[in-house]
Amino acid sequence: MKYGRIIRVAGPVVTAEGMENAKMFDVVKVGELNLIGEIIRIQGNKVMIQVYEDTTGLRPGDVVVNTNQALSVELGPGLLSSIYDGIQRPLDVIRSKAGDFITRGLLIPPLDENKKWEFKPVIKKGDEVEAGSIIGEVQETPLINHKIMVPYGLKGYIKEIYDGKFTIREPIGILSTNKGDVELFLSQRWRVRTPRPFIRKLPPDTPLITGQRIIDTFFPVSKGGTACIPGPFGSGKTVTQHQLAKWSDSHVIVYVGCGERGNEMTEVLVTFPKLLDPKSKRPLMERTILVANTSNMPVAAREASIYTGITMAEYYRDMGYDVALMADSTSRWAEALREISGRLEEMPGEEGYPAYLARRLAEFYERSGKVVVLSPDQRIGSVTIVGAVSPPGGDFSEPVSQNTLRVTRVFWALDASLAGRRHFPAINWLTSYSLYTEVIADWYRKNVAPDWPELRNEAMAILQKEAELQEIVQLVGYDALPEPEKGILDIGRMIREDFLQQSAFDEVDTYCSVKKQYLMIKSILMFGKKELEVIKKGATAAQVSSLPVKDKISRLKWTPEDKVDELIKEIELEINEQFNNLLQQVLLQQ
Amino acid sequence: MIPVSYKSISQVAGPLLFVEKVRDAAYGEIVEITNALGERLRGQVLDTREGFAVVQVFGSTIGLDTKETSVRFLGETAKVAVSDEMLGRIFDGLGNPRDNGPPIISKHKVDIVGSGINPYAREEPSEFIQTGISAIDGMNTLVRGQKLPIFSGSGLPHNMLAAQIARQAKVLTSSENFAVVFAAIGITSEEANFFIKEFEETGALERTVLFLNLSSDPSMERILTPRLALTTAEYLAYDCESHVLVILTDMTNYCEALREISAARNEVPGRRGYPGYMYTDLATIYERAGKIKGRKGSITQIPILTMPADDKTHPIPDLTGYITEGQIYLSRELERAGIYPPIDVLESLSRLMNQGIGPGRTREDHRALADQLYAVYAQGKDIRALVAIVGEEALSETDRKYLRIAEDFERRFVNQGVMEDRSIEVTLDLGWSILDPLSDSELKRIKPELIEKYRKKRKAEIGATVMS
Repeated sequence: MKYGRIIRVAGPVVTAEGMENAKMFDVVKVGELNLIGEIIRIQGNKVMIQVYEDTTGLRPGDVVVNTNQALSVELGPGLLSSIYDGIQRPLDVIRSKAGDFITRGLLIPPLDENKKWEFKPVIKKGDEVEAGSIIGEVQETPLINHKIMVPYGLKGYIKEIYDGKFTIREPIGILSTNKGDVELFLSQRWRVRTPRPFIRKLPPDTPLITGQRIIDTFFPVSKGGTACIPGPFGSGKTVTQHQLAKWSDSHVIVYVGCGERGNEMTEVLVTFPKLLDPKSKRPLMERTILVANTSNMPVAAREASIYTGITMAEYYRDMGYDVALMADSTSRWAEALREISGRLEEMPGEEGYPAYLARRLAEFYERSGKVVVLSPDQRIGSVTIVGAVSPPGGDFSEPVSQNTLRVTRVFWALDASLAGRRHFPAINWLTSYSLYTEVIADWYRKNVAPDWPELRNEAMAILQKEAELQEIVQLVGYDALPEPEKGILDIGRMIREDFLQQSAFDEVDTYCSVKKQYLMIKSILMFGKKELEVIKKGATAAQVSSLPVKDKISRLKWTPEDKVDELIKEIELEINEQFNNLLQQVLLQQ
Repeated sequence: MIPVSYKSISQVAGPLLFVEKVRDAAYGEIVEITNALGERLRGQVLDTREGFAVVQVFGSTIGLDTKETSVRFLGETAKVAVSDEMLGRIFDGLGNPRDNGPPIISKHKVDIVGSGINPYAREEPSEFIQTGISAIDGMNTLVRGQKLPIFSGSGLPHNMLAAQIARQAKVLTSSENFAVVFAAIGITSEEANFFIKEFEETGALERTVLFLNLSSDPSMERILTPRLALTTAEYLAYDCESHVLVILTDMTNYCEALREISAARNEVPGRRGYPGYMYTDLATIYERAGKIKGRKGSITQIPILTMPADDKTHPIPDLTGYITEGQIYLSRELERAGIYPPIDVLESLSRLMNQGIGPGRTREDHRALADQLYAVYAQGKDIRALVAIVGEEALSETDRKYLRIAEDFERRFVNQGVMEDRSIEVTLDLGWSILDPLSDSELKRIKPELIEKYRKKRKAEIGATVMS
C-alpha cells in the first residue's frame, strides 16, 4: 500500500498528497503518533483531512495511512454505562491507560474485548433469518436486555448457534447464506454518517413522559419526536437536558455533551449512578450512554460526536426500545463545522457558517422517529432527539437557532428574564410551542383523564390573558384594574408559581407524575373558577387571596406522590367550604 | 532535529512573518527571531506547508525586515520550566523574570498548551469557598475547582473585588496549602501595582506567582500569558498539592489579541470580527480549572473581563458565559448608588452552588433562603421599574413593602466594607432579617419546617408582630 505525505498543517485540517484509493470520509492515521482523521475533501492527488486530535507537532513530510474504512462505531453489549469521546473511545479506559489528561494517538477498542457475556439464543439450528432478526439475548444491565441481531445485508439459515458465555470477539453461531457461511458475533459495526435503515416511520402519537410539568402538560414531545431548547447562558438548558435524561420514560438514554463543560459531564457521572429510575428502582446509569467531547477537546471530534451518539441510539431503537438522545449543545457542533469549513477556505454563508449548515442539521434531526424496525417481526422502536441550542447573546434570529426551528417540532424557548427571577424551568409559556399537542391529546384522554386537554387549554388561555393584563398593569398600575381582572392575575400567578415552577433540586418536586400534574392543575382551576364566581357576586380579589386553602395548593408540589390524593381531597373540601363562607360574608355586607 | 536558521522571510504583516524555503516546520513549533540589531524575539508556527511557514511573533515587529532578520526553528513546542521556587516571584508575559531575580531553572519543562483533563478523571467540585462577601457566599456560592468570571465594565471596582476575594477566600473545613497565580493581561501598570501592593500588605505575595503583561507590552504576548499562568497553576496544584486560585485580568485584552492575529491571517471572521474559533480557544483556557480524582490540589479560576459598553451580549462575555460555571455581574447602577461590591445578584449565577451548599457544607436553609431572596428582590426591582412610570402613590401596600425590601437587600445585604469578612452564618442570618417584613405564607420558596426553625429564633429576638 502506498502512503500519503503531509504537505500542509493548519489547525485541525491537514492536507496530504499521494494517497491511493482515497475516498470521501475514509478514516486515516496521521503522523508518527497515528492521530485519527477523516478525509473531507479530495482535489486531484491531494486530500484534506480533519484530524480528531490536536495537530501540534505535525510537519510536512509526515506519513498518512488510509485505513480504507469509513468512520464507524462498534455496537454490542457493553455500550450502556460507558462514557466515550467523540469517536467512541472509552474515556475510563483512556484514563486508566494514559492518565488524567487527554493523550493523543490512543487506539482503544470501544467495547471490553475480554468481558464474557451470558448469551441465550432465541432461535434454533435451521431457522431462516434475515437482517434485523433477533437471534439471542444478553442481559446487558439489569435494566436492559440486549437483543443480538443479524447484521444488515445478511440473509440465510442458522447453521450453528451456541449457548453460553462469550466475549464480543468469539463467534456465537454460523449463518449460512447463498454466498457462503458467515460467523455471527455479539457486536457489529456501523458507519456513523449513514442512518441505520428501517421499514417505515409511524406517526409519533405517544408522549415521552418527562415528569416536568410545563413539558408534559403544555408542550409535550412524543416518542420519536424532535425538540429544541434554545436559550442564552444561565437560562437552564443543561439542567433541563439533565432532567429529561433522568426522568423521561425512555428505555435508553444517549447523552451527548458536545463542546460543553467538563464538570457537567462529571456531574452526570457522579449523580446518575446514585439516582434511581422511578419505575424499576435501578440506577439510571444502567440505561445511559455518555458521549463527552468537552469544549477543550479537539474540535473535529466534536463534529463527529453527534453522529456517534445518534448511531448508538438507532442501534437500541432497532432492538425495539424507546431511546432518547440529548445533544448539548448543537451550537457547538455547528461551530465545529464552521471552523473546519473556514480551514478548508470554503465560501461562508450566514455569520461565517458553511452554506450546508441547514442541510446537515435537518439530516441529523431526521434520524429521529418512531419506526417499524427493519426486521421480519416488524417490531417498533423510537428515537427522540432533544437538542440544546446556545444562540450568541440569546438572540434566536441567528442561523443555528433558525435552521433548527425549521426542522424540530417542539420549541422550548428558554427565557433569560424568567431565569433572572429564578422561575425554573425558565421555559417561556407564551413563545414555546409543541406541534404534538393535538396528536397526544387522545393519549391523555385515554390514559390520564378525559378532560385533560380541556383543562390544559383553559390554563393556557388564563396565562395568555394574564400576560396581556400584565402589560396594562405596567401602564396604569395594579390598583386601577377592575376586580375580575385582578382575579385573573391571581389565577395566572397561581399557575405560574404553583404549577409551572418546578425545582430540579428538590427530592419530591424534581419528578411529577402525569396524574399528579392533572390533579394539581385541576385544583388550581377549580379555585380559579370559584374565585371569578365570588368576585362577580361582590367579593374582592384581596379577600380571595387571603383564603388559607391557597397555601395548601401551593404546597402540593412538595407533596410526595403517595400523599397527593389525600391532600387533594382536603383541598377540594376546603375550597368549597371557604368560598361558601366568603360568599355568605360578602352577601351579609351588601 | 538540529535547530535550523533561515533568512528567507518574504513578508512581515502585522504580527505575522511569512518564511519561505523552510524545511518542514512543525505545526505549533517555537521559533527564535533575531533582527538586524541582534535583538531576539520568540514566535510560533501557525500554518506550515512544504517550504513555507507562517509565524506569529510574540512581541513587537519594530525593526524586523525581510533581509537581515533570521528565524531559527527550535524543533519543539512552547514549553515553560516550572518549579515551586516561582512562588513570590514576578515574571513578564512570556515568563522571564521581571523582578531582577534569577531565571527559573527546573527539570520540569511543561507544554504550555496543556492537554484537556479527561472528563472521566474530573472530580465534581463541592467544597464551599467562603469569600466573606454576602452577595457571593449567600447568593452565588464559589466552590473549589470552579471557574467563576467577574463580568465588569470600565471604571467598576472589579480589581478591588478580586483582591478582596484573594485575601479572604478560605475553605472552612481544611487548612491545606494555598497559592495564588495572578496573570495580568494588558492591564495598566497602575492596576498591576495595586495588586502587587495588595499581595505585599496581606503577606500573600510569598504564596503568589505573578505574570505581568502590561498595556505597554507587546499585545501578542497576551496569547501566551494566561497559558503560562495556568501551566504554573497546574504544576502547583497537581504536583505540589496546593489549592490554587488563578486570577486572569483582563480577558477582554486577550480576545483583542486573538482578533488581531485572525485579521492578519485574513480568516473569515465570526461575530464582530472575532474569529469563529474563539469559543474553542477560550475553552482551552477556562476548562483548565477543576479538580482531579485522586489528586490533592485544585484550580479555581476567577477571570475578569470588562464588557465593552457594558453589553452582556458582546461576543467576549457571551462566549465566556457559555464556558464558565456562572458569572459575578457588576452593575453600574449599584456602583452609582454607592453600593460596594456592586454585584447584581439577579444577573449573577453560580452553576456549582448546589454542590457546595447545604447541610454539612454551609447550612440546610441556604438553598431555599437564597431562592426566596432572589424572588423577593426580583419582585422589588420590577416594582421599582413600575414606580418610574406610575409613581409610588399608585402602588398597593404590598408593592411598597417589596420596594422597601429590595432597597434593604441592596443596602444591608449586598453592601459591605472592603475589609469586611462575613462568615456564612452572618450572611445567612442577615438574609433572614431581610425577609422580616414578610409573613410566613409569603415565603413560598421555603419549606414550612425551615421557616418554623429559623424564624422562631428571630421572632423571639425581634417580636412576632413584624412578620405578619
